[in-house]
Amino acid sequence: MWEYTDKVREHFLNPKNTGEIENPDGVAEVGSIACGDALKLSFKLDENKRIADARFKTFGCASAIASASALTEILKGKTIEEAMKITNQDIADYLGGLPPEKMHCSVLGQEALEKAIENYRGVSHKKPDEEIVCVCFGVTDGEIERAVRQNHLTTVEEVTNYTKAGGGCGNCHDKIQAIIDRIYATKKPEEGPAQRPKISNIQKIRMIEETIEREIRPSLKHDGGDIELVDVVGNRVLVAMRGACATCQASQATMKGFVEWKLKEFVSPDLIVEEVAS
Amino acid sequence: MKEVYLDNNATTMVAREVLDEMLPYFHDYYGNPSSMHSFGGQVARKLTEARQRVAALLGADPEEIIFTSCGTESDNTAITSALANNPTKNHIITSRVEHPAVKVLCEHLAQKGYRVTMLPVNTEGLLDMDEYEASLTPDTAVVSIMWANNETGVIFPVEEAAHLARERGIPFHTDAVQAVGKIPIHMKANSIDMLSLSGHKLHAPKGVGVLYVRKGTRFSPFLIGGHQEKGRRGGTENVPSIIALGKACELAGGNMEKENTYVKSLRDRLEAELLTAIPQSKVNGTIEKRLPNTTNISFEFIEGESILLLMDQYGICASSGSACTSGSLQPSHVLRAMGVPYTMAHGSIRFSLSVYNSTEDIDLVIKELPPIIAKLRVLSPYWATSQGACATA
Repeated sequence: MWEYTDKVREHFLNPKNTGEIENPDGVAEVGSIACGDALKLSFKLDENKRIADARFKTFGCASAIASASALTEILKGKTIEEAMKITNQDIADYLGGLPPEKMHCSVLGQEALEKAIENYRGVSHKKPDEEIVCVCFGVTDGEIERAVRQNHLTTVEEVTNYTKAGGGCGNCHDKIQAIIDRIYATKKPEEGPAQRPKISNIQKIRMIEETIEREIRPSLKHDGGDIELVDVVGNRVLVAMRGACATCQASQATMKGFVEWKLKEFVSPDLIVEEVAS
Repeated sequence: MKEVYLDNNATTMVAREVLDEMLPYFHDYYGNPSSMHSFGGQVARKLTEARQRVAALLGADPEEIIFTSCGTESDNTAITSALANNPTKNHIITSRVEHPAVKVLCEHLAQKGYRVTMLPVNTEGLLDMDEYEASLTPDTAVVSIMWANNETGVIFPVEEAAHLARERGIPFHTDAVQAVGKIPIHMKANSIDMLSLSGHKLHAPKGVGVLYVRKGTRFSPFLIGGHQEKGRRGGTENVPSIIALGKACELAGGNMEKENTYVKSLRDRLEAELLTAIPQSKVNGTIEKRLPNTTNISFEFIEGESILLLMDQYGICASSGSACTSGSLQPSHVLRAMGVPYTMAHGSIRFSLSVYNSTEDIDLVIKELPPIIAKLRVLSPYWATSQGACATA
């Protein structure tokens, strides 16, 4: 049995603001029956452009119903600008917290809110550059990235708890890890190690080789790919991608986000990885 | 509020007679049955009696009974023993709807290099016996198929399946954790080599199980240590629980008739009344070949955890195959194997009864569940839109 707070139980047993608003100013439906939860949110503004009424319908478990009920309560009286600032954590906090495995219920609420506001503003939701990462639950890289950044997630398991991504067949775990790695890779330099001892070129090449062997190649091989160290010119590390990596769309991201990050971490923060034709 | 316990496939109440029988063996007669003194010896005699009682329920010989710590240990022991005794063979046959004790073990063995055939089931939850027979090969080291499914109660033709395996010299194991005590079992009349059962599913405590191993079956122990269980399972016996299990088996033998008349009639009434009162509800699994105590009903367009928690307000205890209750993000593997659509799978509820249920228990569910379903459907974004489309379905 899940450990729900009294507030979750209260909003589940007696949900507030259920139903749909006729002629709403904003409306959105997120989730699907296949995924196990879905939420339809609608809201109406008053003459001062504040949310006068918000209503929901939910297919899902107790925490999904409670999260939607909480969201509608939070929304009332807010302007659109204020509503846009509501995060999934606000929904969870309102309920006195959710079990970690149930955080995706609060994320669903935030997604519905975002889409409903987009609907109100008449802009389309799908950003063209977003790609589906988790096929089982239809979660995009953008959605994963946002959940990681907003909630400071660091593991695949946490991403699954918040977005459901990776909770089905598990084939996308490496991709999720790569997204996490990329996000923290771009952050890293600010807080990175202070000063490394100077190393000779020979030492540097040896360390690069070791790092590729130990830290990089196993992950790439896992996806049917491989990497070859071609040359090291100053701080430029020239590599060629092999196997599945050679034809993979994501290899550029892998190169910068994963290979370069690993080499910066284990060899020198000054290194820049470049791909040469194979 | 008194609980209405309809979750007996999850675990059962320890029967009063069973508790009374085991209690003296904690404080008064705490001797080790392996000891040479008569203080321990009297405990050993009580173990012998328990072994006879278990054997009697199974129609087996007492020497064929090995006490274990649980059904999972029995399943693991049986399958790994068969593999150890057929070291040149690399193929395992099981079904897609096994309990995790078998399913996850087989997946683990597949990762270690074994070839595992997971037989599918049809929409009624039944195996295709022709497909089963075709899957038996000279390379098959063991077959493990459950006697009855824990989620749907569907009974598999394991005796027929064991016979086909025997003809080919392939060891056959069955996880009979849900079947024992609910339907008659006569091991002398079938070809099953190994059978697992669990104490806490038939009114004995948790933490005790049995592996039946037919005389003449090659066997390798799983727990290696002392000479207990004739060297087939090391570790000092869980004396009070084994004595309890013996008593529970005796009671189960006496209750077999009641299980298949009284309990079955309660189950049938519960099922019929719910299906009548609640539109777009459906039983999962075949109606005919089913345990007398189990019904698994799907209520379309709502989610199981919500149903369970609202029933909990009335003290009604049941289970669900929905994603939110399975501990994963996917609905039960059994319902998925049966091809139950998502609209139905997430809203599945299993009621599993016992001889300790009353007519009043069933009446309460029949009274309280329909409004719960209606309340959740009003909340569901799919319910209203489905009404036009599904009215004729």
